[in-house]
Amino acid sequence: MTQRRSVILDLCVQAEFHTLLLLSLYLLFAGHNQPGGGFAGGLVASCAFGLRYVAGGSSALSRSISIPATTFLGVGMLFAILTGCVSLLTGHEFLESAIFSADLMVLGTVKTSSVLFFDIGVYLVVLGMSLLLLQQLGGADGTDPDEVQP
Amino acid sequence: MFVLILAFGCVAAVLPVLAARIGRRVFYVAAAVPAAACIWGIWAYGQISDSGPLIEQAAWVPQLGLTLGLRFDGFAFLMLSLVAGIGVLVFLYAGSYFHTEPIIGRFAATLLLFSGSMVGLVLADNLLALFLFWELTSITSYLLISIEDEKTAARSGAMQALLITGMGGLAMLGGFVLLGEAAGTYSMAELLARPPSGSVVNFALVLVLIGAFTKSAQVPFHSWLPRAMNAPTPVSSYLHSATMVTAGVYLVARFTPAFADYSVWRPLVISFGLASMLIGAYRSLRQHDLKLLLAYGTISQLGLMMLLFGVGTRESIFAGCTLLLAHGIFKAALFMLVGIIDHQSKTRDLRKLDRLGAQWPVVAAAAGVVAASMAGIPPLFGFLAKEEALGALGETGFAWGVPVLIGVVIGSSFTVAYSARFVWGAFGPRPVSMIPNQDSVRSEAVGQQVPKPSKIFLAPVFVLAVLTLLFGLVPSLINPVITRAYASLVGVRAEHHLALWHGFTQALALSAVAIGAGFALFWWRLRVEKLQDEMPKVPSAQRGYDRTVKGLLEGADAVTGFVQHGSLPIYLGVILLTMIVLPGIPLLRDGVMPDLWFADSPMQVVVGLIMIVCACAAAVARRRFAAVLLVGAVGYGMAALFVIQGAPDLAITQLLIETLGVGVFVLAFRHLPADFVRSKFRRSQGAQIAIALLAGVFVFLFTLFAIGARTEPSISGEYLDKAHSQAGGNNVVNVIVVDFRGFDTMGEIVVLAVAVLGVAALVRAKRSPAEVEP
Repeated sequence: MTQRRSVILDLCVQAEFHTLLLLSLYLLFAGHNQPGGGFAGGLVASCAFGLRYVAGGSSALSRSISIPATTFLGVGMLFAILTGCVSLLTGHEFLESAIFSADLMVLGTVKTSSVLFFDIGVYLVVLGMSLLLLQQLGGADGTDPDEVQP
Repeated sequence: MFVLILAFGCVAAVLPVLAARIGRRVFYVAAAVPAAACIWGIWAYGQISDSGPLIEQAAWVPQLGLTLGLRFDGFAFLMLSLVAGIGVLVFLYAGSYFHTEPIIGRFAATLLLFSGSMVGLVLADNLLALFLFWELTSITSYLLISIEDEKTAARSGAMQALLITGMGGLAMLGGFVLLGEAAGTYSMAELLARPPSGSVVNFALVLVLIGAFTKSAQVPFHSWLPRAMNAPTPVSSYLHSATMVTAGVYLVARFTPAFADYSVWRPLVISFGLASMLIGAYRSLRQHDLKLLLAYGTISQLGLMMLLFGVGTRESIFAGCTLLLAHGIFKAALFMLVGIIDHQSKTRDLRKLDRLGAQWPVVAAAAGVVAASMAGIPPLFGFLAKEEALGALGETGFAWGVPVLIGVVIGSSFTVAYSARFVWGAFGPRPVSMIPNQDSVRSEAVGQQVPKPSKIFLAPVFVLAVLTLLFGLVPSLINPVITRAYASLVGVRAEHHLALWHGFTQALALSAVAIGAGFALFWWRLRVEKLQDEMPKVPSAQRGYDRTVKGLLEGADAVTGFVQHGSLPIYLGVILLTMIVLPGIPLLRDGVMPDLWFADSPMQVVVGLIMIVCACAAAVARRRFAAVLLVGAVGYGMAALFVIQGAPDLAITQLLIETLGVGVFVLAFRHLPADFVRSKFRRSQGAQIAIALLAGVFVFLFTLFAIGARTEPSISGEYLDKAHSQAGGNNVVNVIVVDFRGFDTMGEIVVLAVAVLGVAALVRAKRSPAEVEP
C-alpha cells in the first residue's frame, strides 16, 4: 500500500520539529521552578518524533535519529541511578539533592540543583520509550505496510 | 582471617585471564593460595596455644545488629589443614590432570573459590555467615560438577546436587534462625556456651540436621553424591570426599557437645549415620566403576563420622576428629589414584582393568597402603581411627550401645571388603564374574599398554600415602592437633591420646573380627555379588529423587495451566472483580459521604458534560479508531479541568500523554481489524458488561469517599513550605517528583523501561521467526 506524502504536513513537521525539541529542552531545564520537568519534556520530544513518523513513516523516523532507542533508555537509567549514587558517595542519602549556583558573567547567576541530572534521566527514558514503541509497533524493519513513498 | 578469605576470591578473579597465557601452569599459581592458608594456619595454631581462640569481628549489617564473626580454634585448625593442605595437593594434581582444555581457567578459578568458601565455612562463627559460606560451597560444587557443560550427565548431576544440598541448606537456615532467636545471639560460640531450651529448639535441630545430612550425603539424601562423580576427578577428590561433604559432619561436631542431650539429637544422628554407613558400604560392594565404588564408600565413612559425633561422648568425639582427618587423607589419595588410572588408561571400570599392578608396582603399593588405611589395617592412620571408634562405641554406657557397635563392626567388614575390591579391581587381574551378560564388557581388557603416569602426577598421592603411614606409625606427630581440636569442641583437655598399641582390648578384637570378615567377604566376592544380585530390589533414593522432580514439574505445569490460561477477558475480569470486592466491602461499610457541592465554575460544567458525552460515545463506538479518539477526548477534557483548577503541570502532562497515547494506540491498531468484533449476545458478554459497570461505579464511589476520608491534615502544606527552602525549586510538582519522592520516580522509570522492552520483545516475537535475529 503506497500513498502520496502530504506536502503540507511534511513542511509543517519540518518547521515544527526543531522547535518542539527546543521546547522540550526548555521544559526540562525550567521544570524546577516553572511548569515542566523531565517527564513533560520527554513527552514533548516524543511528540516531535511522533510527528516525524506520521509525516514520513518509519523511514523518516530512522533518518531523523540514528541512535538506537534502547541507548536512550539505558543512558537515561544510568543518569538517574548515578545521580543517586553520587549523593550516596558524598555521604548523603540516596538521591538527596544538592544546590549549585554558578556565576556565568553576562548571563547572570544560574542556580541549579543536582536533581536536574535525575530529571535528564527521566527525560531520556521517556523519549527512549516512545521511540522504541514507534519503531517496534510502527515496523521500522522495512516491512511496514503503511510505508509512505515520497 | 578476612584477608585470607578475600585472597581466595581475588586470586580466583585473575586466574581465567592468566590461564589464557600460561595454560595449565595456572594451577601452580592457584596452589599458592591454599599454601598461604596452610602457613597462616600453622602460625595461628601457635598463637592459640598461648591465648585461646583468635576472633575477628566485622560489622555486616549494623542496622540489624548483624556482625560477621570469624573464630579460629583447634577444631577449625584441623578442618583448615584438611581444606588447605589437600587443596594444595589437589591443585598440583590438577596441573597434571589437565592439558590444554579450554575450561582450565574457569575450572581453576571455581576450584579456588570453593576452597575460599570452605575456609570461610570452617572459620565462621556467626551462624548466618556460616550459612553464606555453606551455600557458596554448594554453588561452586554445582559449577564444578557441570564444568564440562556439554555432558548431559554432568549437568543433571550438578542440578541434582544443587537441588538436594540447596533444599537442605534452606532447612538449615530456618533452623539457624529459630536457634538464633531462641538464644538471642547468632554467634555459634555463644550459642553453644549457653544452649537455649524449649520445644522449638528440638524442631530447629531437626532442620539443622536436615542441612547437615544433605550436605554430607546421608541416606536417604545421598543420591546426589554418586551422580556428582561426573565431575573431573580433582573435584571428586577435593569436594566430594575430603572437604565439602564433611561440612555436615563439621556442623554436627560443633553442635554435639551442646545439643547431644536434646531428645531429637542422638536418635536422629545415630540412626541416619548407621544407616548410611551400612547402605553405603553395601552398595559400594556392587560397583564396577572405581569412582562410584569410592563414592559409596565415602557415604559409608561419612555415616560413621556422623554416628561418632552424634553419640556425643568424649571418647566418640575424639574418635570422630581422628577419623575426619584420616578419612580426608586416604580418600583424597584414592580418588587421585582413580583419576590417574582413568587419565592413563581411559577407563575406570574394574572389569576392564587387567593387571595394572604388574606395570605400575610402585603405584600399586601406594594404593595398597592408602586402601589399607581405609580398611583400618594396622599400622596405618585409618587403623588408629577405627580403633578409637570401636573403643569409644564400646563404652558409651547407653542401652543402644551394643547394637550400634555391632552395626559398626558389620559396616567395617564391608569397608575392608570394598577396599580390597578396589585394590584388586584396579591393579589385579580382571574378575571372572559369575553374572552372565557381561562378556561384552570383559572382552575389551585394558592394562597391557597403559602409559606410565609422570612422577609429578603421582607426587600428591605419595605425599598422602606417606602421611597416612607416618601418622599411623608415629601417632605422637598428629596427637596434639587432634587433642586440641577435641579440647576446643568439648571444652576440656583430652585425657586420652592416640596410640598404635593400646594393649589387648575389646576394640582390637573387634578390629580383627571386622578385618577377618571383610577378607572373607572379598574372598567369596563372586558369591556375594550373586547374592546381592538376587536380593529383592528396594526403592532407590535416585528413583525417589527422579519422581520428586518429575512430580514438581508436572505440578507446576498444572498450576500454570490453570492460572495462566491465556484468556484476556478472564484475566481482566479477575483483576477487576478483586478490585471491586476487596476494597468495596469496607467502602460500603465504613465509607463517609463528603459534603458535596455542584461546581466551582461554569467552565467545569461545560467540560464535564463534554467528557461524559465522549465517554458514552466511546463505549458504544463501532470502530476502534473512533473509540480511541473519543477516549483521547475524555483525556483532553481532564487536562482542561486541570487548567481550570490551576494545575499547569498536570495539564501539560495529561495533554501530552493523551496525544502520545492516541498515537501509540493507532499504531497498535494496524495489527487489529478496524471494527470491533460483533457477535451475538452471549451470557459471558452479559457478565463482562456487568463487571465493567460495577468497576465504573466502584471507581466513582471510591473517589467520592476518598475525598471524605481524610482524618489527618494534608501534607501538601508541608511540601509547599519545604519546596523552596530545602529543594531550591518553585515548582512543587516537579520538586515532589524528582526530589521528595525521587525514589518513587526511580522505580517508575525502571518499570517504564522494563515494560517497553517487554512490549518490543513481544512485537518482535510476533513477526515471522526469520525476521528476528538469531
